[in-house]
Amino acid sequence: MSYDARFRVWRGDADGGELVDYTVEVNDGEVVLDIIHRLQATQSGDLAVRWNCKAGKCGSCSAEINGMPRLLCMTRMSTFTEAETITVTPLRAFPVIRDLVTDVSFNYAKARQIPAFAPPDLAPGEYRMQQVDVERSQEFRKCIECFLCQDTCHVVRDHEDNKEAFAGPRFLIRAAELDMHPLDARDDRADFAREEQGIGMCNITKCCTEVCPEHIKITDNAIIPMKERVAGRRYDPLVWLGTKIGLRRG
Amino acid sequence: MSGTTLDPGSRSGGSVSGGVGSPGRAQVPGRTLRADRWWVQPVTTFTLLVIWLLYALVRTASQRAYFVEEFHYLSPFSSPCVSASCNPAARDFGTWFGEFPPFVPFALLVLPFLLGFRLTCYYYRKAYYRSFWLSPPACAVAEPHARYTGETRFPLILQNIHRYFFYAALVVSSINTYDAIRAFHGKDGGFGIGLGTVIMVVNVAFLWLYTASCHSCRHLIGGRLKHFSKHPMRYRAWTVVSRLNTRHMELAWITLGTLMLTDAYIALVASGAITDLRLIN
Amino acid sequence: MTAELEQFDYDVLIVGAGGAGLRAAIAAREAGLRTAIICKSLFGKAHTVMAEGGIAASMGNVNSKDSWQVHFRDTMRGGKFLNSWRMAELHAKEAPERVWELETYGALFDRTPDGRISQRNFGGHEYPRLAHVGDRTGLELIRTMQQKIVSLQQDDERESGDPESRLKVFAEVTITDLLQDPSGAVAGAFGYWRESGRFVRFDAPAVVLATGGIGKSFKVTSNSWEYTGDGHALALRAGSNLVNMEFVQFHPTGMVWPPSVKGILVTESVRGDGGVLKNSEGKRFMFDYVPDVFRGQYAQTEEEGDRWYTDPDTNKRPPELLPRDEVARAINSEVKAGRGSPHGGVFLDIASRRAPEEILKKLPSMHHQFKELADVDITKEPMEVGPTCHYVMGGVEVDPDTAAAARVPGLFAAGEVSGGMHGSNRLGGNSLSDLLVFGARAGTGAAAYVQGLGGRRPQVDQAVIDAAAAAALAPFEEEGGENPYTLHQEMQQTMNDLVGIIRTAEEIERALERLEDLKARAEHLTVEGHRQFNPGWHLALDLRNMLAVSECVARAALLRQESRGGHTRDDFPAMDPRWRGRNLICSADGDGIAVREQPMPAMREDLLALFETDELAKYLTPEELAAVPTAATHTDGSGS
Repeated sequence: MSYDARFRVWRGDADGGELVDYTVEVNDGEVVLDIIHRLQATQSGDLAVRWNCKAGKCGSCSAEINGMPRLLCMTRMSTFTEAETITVTPLRAFPVIRDLVTDVSFNYAKARQIPAFAPPDLAPGEYRMQQVDVERSQEFRKCIECFLCQDTCHVVRDHEDNKEAFAGPRFLIRAAELDMHPLDARDDRADFAREEQGIGMCNITKCCTEVCPEHIKITDNAIIPMKERVAGRRYDPLVWLGTKIGLRRG
Repeated sequence: MSGTTLDPGSRSGGSVSGGVGSPGRAQVPGRTLRADRWWVQPVTTFTLLVIWLLYALVRTASQRAYFVEEFHYLSPFSSPCVSASCNPAARDFGTWFGEFPPFVPFALLVLPFLLGFRLTCYYYRKAYYRSFWLSPPACAVAEPHARYTGETRFPLILQNIHRYFFYAALVVSSINTYDAIRAFHGKDGGFGIGLGTVIMVVNVAFLWLYTASCHSCRHLIGGRLKHFSKHPMRYRAWTVVSRLNTRHMELAWITLGTLMLTDAYIALVASGAITDLRLIN
Repeated sequence: MTAELEQFDYDVLIVGAGGAGLRAAIAAREAGLRTAIICKSLFGKAHTVMAEGGIAASMGNVNSKDSWQVHFRDTMRGGKFLNSWRMAELHAKEAPERVWELETYGALFDRTPDGRISQRNFGGHEYPRLAHVGDRTGLELIRTMQQKIVSLQQDDERESGDPESRLKVFAEVTITDLLQDPSGAVAGAFGYWRESGRFVRFDAPAVVLATGGIGKSFKVTSNSWEYTGDGHALALRAGSNLVNMEFVQFHPTGMVWPPSVKGILVTESVRGDGGVLKNSEGKRFMFDYVPDVFRGQYAQTEEEGDRWYTDPDTNKRPPELLPRDEVARAINSEVKAGRGSPHGGVFLDIASRRAPEEILKKLPSMHHQFKELADVDITKEPMEVGPTCHYVMGGVEVDPDTAAAARVPGLFAAGEVSGGMHGSNRLGGNSLSDLLVFGARAGTGAAAYVQGLGGRRPQVDQAVIDAAAAAALAPFEEEGGENPYTLHQEMQQTMNDLVGIIRTAEEIERALERLEDLKARAEHLTVEGHRQFNPGWHLALDLRNMLAVSECVARAALLRQESRGGHTRDDFPAMDPRWRGRNLICSADGDGIAVREQPMPAMREDLLALFETDELAKYLTPEELAAVPTAATHTDGSGS
């Protein structure tokens, strides 16, 4: 079972580029990354693409297929018709390096701004946590850092000038992960999310959740809870008053 | 293989140049390469919300046919009836305000709360940011605005008061529940059930589900805790609300439908266009 | 050429950013040294993320009978007594500390009801021992250490204003050669930025190799493109030794369909959590394949095996949980006998044995992987699985305590690229603990070495640099040479067919002939395009490494005339105690590869005493056995 598919792949670099047409063989059970590899091996040995595990676990082969941010290795060819022309471009929220490879250093810079896990005053081996307490943070630790959420988020995708002030969904779930970590010793994660990560810029339109290959409920389970925590500390006079007179702790 | 030369002039929309068209990014024509019908969702959302808003506007402005005295059916758009403009038989909570000027609908008392809860709701925000403000119209489709500050400034920073509307919604839902109970009202003044009663009960049930599935509710009931294991009851409540919360969007739409249906049915009965189907008395 | 050469100075250079490399970097930086990490991919994408099952460490959280001695014993048994016993000892002793340390970096393992780190059963481990996070433990480990490194950089930023003042990650850089001074001591490394193709030179008196394995030399493999044996080949060319290269682990359960994902791993946890292997006749065939050395430790009947999941104290474990080499061979035999599944594997069935909710809870990423890649719902249908090249036990010969590589001062190795720790076969879960234990030791060892040098720094001659640059550019000079992709495929096919799970002298000799031919052809490769992010060029450079390493594997496999662990000879099917005490050492010999025997040091008495004489008799020669002190009976009462 094989057929010839029509592909349009973006070739070029920061100075410019174009969509190049290819006709390439497709076999039963293949994914888009297989086709890109076939192009490399048979038609264009210098076609640049990032990939590693080929099993949706490392988050390297992020690109845009027919305009949607996706992992090349997790997009089955069977989801397209044989007549369809499949367009593959690099991530469009980040500067391109070459072909399908982009410069994702924005994400590493943002990662470095978040205060690290603050260990409690316990000896190694003495940590005790309940499963129900670690589960919320564990969901966010499933993140494979493919940066598809960062790519699709219109706050930075459509507004280069917001990159300075906005950390992006990936790092808002990192904030949530640390804030919900049962033993993290800091209590200012929500303040940091508001002041430094720009959580207020998120208008919860949920594209990050839609594209997450790990199906992390980024908006419902991380960003909105963090917005609520921000609201609790910052915009809720009842909580503010309660904290002042010592009725409840934030 | 053949090349397709791109025309930079073919780009459109205010933000492309500051967004996906920014220098250094891969230069691709158009605001999106999506070939699917991505516009269906925003167009549908826009249309349905506009229809609902127009309906609500017309109905509350008309100030007519909101109450069926015989069976004590009171429209949720007009409840609670606490002004002198309202039908005296519907004023179960007394008369707190005098006569409203004729061009000011007395429903103005409840509408800010009813609408405010939905306007600041995390689901509706997504829905109208996408369909009304096109910010973004769909994922990976460039939005038409050159500048964007999200919810960091007035007025959108006010979205953070959603939880107060949630508290208000608890009160409104309680009043609607009271109305639904009052609607078990027969022709002879005793117990009775009609189709209107059933509709009102169904409406109230969904209103409660929608209210309970709210993200603020999820936060307040347990989400704000760091250690679930120290609060087993709140953890259990949180898991129930969390499960409902995954259906928040569906419930948001269902309740728009049941609100409209309830009001429309009462309007039809009250205006005499149809007669209520009585099941018991 | 020199105009474009970037140059950096560091105290310690870590080549590889998987578990071992990151742990080594943390150790070197904490010792106060300026440290650089070289990643072939982006930071945080290393192959360690693929590890699913867990980290073996005898914390005793689930069964308090566990101890380092039991872990040591399991490791030696798994490796069929060919392990470097000192490494196995250090590993078993230090693994718990290394795991607990991860919690202080922010790791979130699954928990026991009393709040400790939960531990799961795994093949070859006597007690539940694997600390885990669902089936994505490797991802947790990488992310945790990645975040620890970021936190160390934040500390440096607070101190000096520059987050990269003492610890810098060079992402997407490939090292092509080690730089040495005329005496052979390490002086640094030479490589290129994948992004630009520009050359880069690192001057550093200590280099830690942490480059992982060699799986890309085989056609069916669970390994990613990075696994081209770079560290193995760098050590070889620098004059160091490789040990145990004939031992290649074929994981018994890789996906066999669809073709594009053939080889991708199906975690052993599927079996640990109740999954069973069946042939096309529906028979649970593993009961027929329990070898003599393991008889008595595994259940004889399905009923007993099934009881073990809930009551492991009074029942023996099912044979599906035999060490990986045994299970891989059994599957291979069933398929060869015509009892395989439609796509040439066997069935791994958990759907009929566990409730869907339980499967989803315990094996979420397996469910996801099969659903997305093969359109199979593992809660409803069995999976099709077959052996896949997974891990190389062999690697750089190192000093167990410092991870210093043999014969090259300043060179260190940790993780899969090092050899000895796992003997002839690695137990599942021992790889992540190996990374942590010996990664930390390599970092500390390298730091001690550098501090011992005082201010002295080995210097490299300019000619060495020029030669390295010329070698790297060779594929662009050649006109009309061969396509590197074609050559790579031929080599993978050769290794898979002729030096795969089951080997014979005749086939290995044929493989060596073909490798000679490929080596000659690899001198004349042509790549198109330019140096900027050019995968064809990268592959051409990696091929050189893969060919050298493949030759080591084949030559050592030819020499070892017995079957043991990850080396099965059809013409010598039995394990032979006379081969037990001998390591095969692979080293560079001019342009070729030489392999020689080297006797292993005798095991310390107190370690020997952990085994019953009966068991030792299965591995040792009568003469060795006679020399064992008679008090060799273990006393911890764990039984076996």
